[in-house]
Amino acid sequence: MKTIQVSTTINGDATEFLCGPDESLLDVLRNRLGLTGVKEGCGTGDCGACSVTLDGRLVCSCLVLGAEAEGAQIGTVEGLAQGDRLHPLQQSFIDHAALQCGICTPGILVAAKALLDRNPDPTDTELRYWLAGNLCRCTGYDKIIHAVQAAARTMRETADAQG
Amino acid sequence: MLAAEPGVTRILTGGTDVMVQMRAGLAAPALVVDVKHLTGLRAITPEAGGYRIGAAVPGAVMGEHAGLRALWPGVVEGVELIGSTQVQGRATMAGNLCNGSPAADAVPGLVAADAVVRIMGVDGARDCPVIDIPAGPGRTTLAKGDIVTSIFLPARPARSGDAYLRFTPRSEMDIAVVSAAVSLTLGADGAVTAARVALGAVAPTVLLVDEAAQAIIGTRLDDAALAALAAACSAACRPIDDKRGTVAFRTQVAGVLARRAASIARDRAHSAGDAA
Repeated sequence: MKTIQVSTTINGDATEFLCGPDESLLDVLRNRLGLTGVKEGCGTGDCGACSVTLDGRLVCSCLVLGAEAEGAQIGTVEGLAQGDRLHPLQQSFIDHAALQCGICTPGILVAAKALLDRNPDPTDTELRYWLAGNLCRCTGYDKIIHAVQAAARTMRETADAQG
Repeated sequence: MLAAEPGVTRILTGGTDVMVQMRAGLAAPALVVDVKHLTGLRAITPEAGGYRIGAAVPGAVMGEHAGLRALWPGVVEGVELIGSTQVQGRATMAGNLCNGSPAADAVPGLVAADAVVRIMGVDGARDCPVIDIPAGPGRTTLAKGDIVTSIFLPARPARSGDAYLRFTPRSEMDIAVVSAAVSLTLGADGAVTAARVALGAVAPTVLLVDEAAQAIIGTRLDDAALAALAAACSAACRPIDDKRGTVAFRTQVAGVLARRAASIARDRAHSAGDAA
């Protein structure tokens, strides 16, 4: 089977890779590019562990072909922290103990950031519906909701301080 | 290219069904054609007072389109019920139709809207009413080499509204056990002048129930008319018994949902009339 050459941008960095025509973006990110923050849960678009952004839209990377990344902007959890400085969402998840086993966490961080980028002040209901496609079997979700809302407050205060 | 391939083929837009089928081994296509980059396939274009929705427009983009939401709220709410935020970022209305599920959430609303599907085939483009596309579970009337390029939602008279409701055990991330869509137009006196009623997940394909529409045309959707609508819907059901719902349950709930959807559609028609 012929491989396909793909030119894309991942977390702001121009990236090239070869992939099989039936290879998912999830497999490309993990196996070819070493971005193992992207997790495989179900592989069928139900659990959200493999969430990434594709041209700013939240998607399950298991439902995207690697070849579809051609010319696109991909965002993964690896792009959240700036150097050693964690993203406010990441810090808040630690502060609120919003994870246990952690396999759902990268997907939830990416999904939560996608929401806060378009709505800096969501209600709990909006947040819970937005994250309905991110399954967590450990926390019972409550701490996740608290952590995201705390991070949203921090991010709003920072934005206000910067005028 | 699709017509020339002797093996199994799949057309890719959002991929939320095709990728799952490939992974589960339900489909092993020799050829997958990603049509998203063809001209117009990712656009919502105003046309003759309605909207033409490109086949690769994801649900989230439809949900963010204020004009489309205002004109066909029932169609948009059906599309928005498909899957999670992540799935909404990819899944398309045309893909939901072509996947051929009897429980497809986008399809009853499209049938009630009398939407028209534009198909590019080997012999050129043609238009087809949406009701003629589904052929049975997982099957459509589309031929090999056919590509759905867009779905047209027509203009509608003043005082028109539509609504879609489904029953699922959970509030999110589930597949319809029964669903109903109603589109109607009211006269200046508030009586229904035109209506279309469609049911999902109660037969091998979506049903357009003329008897249900006739039961409410000429009425003001009083209790007797709504009861007649519900009875006509239940009478039209030919559902399966499965773990998600029994025949008796689906048959009864189809009528209940149709009645509620008709009431919502009427309220929206009044609001649309007030706004105009």
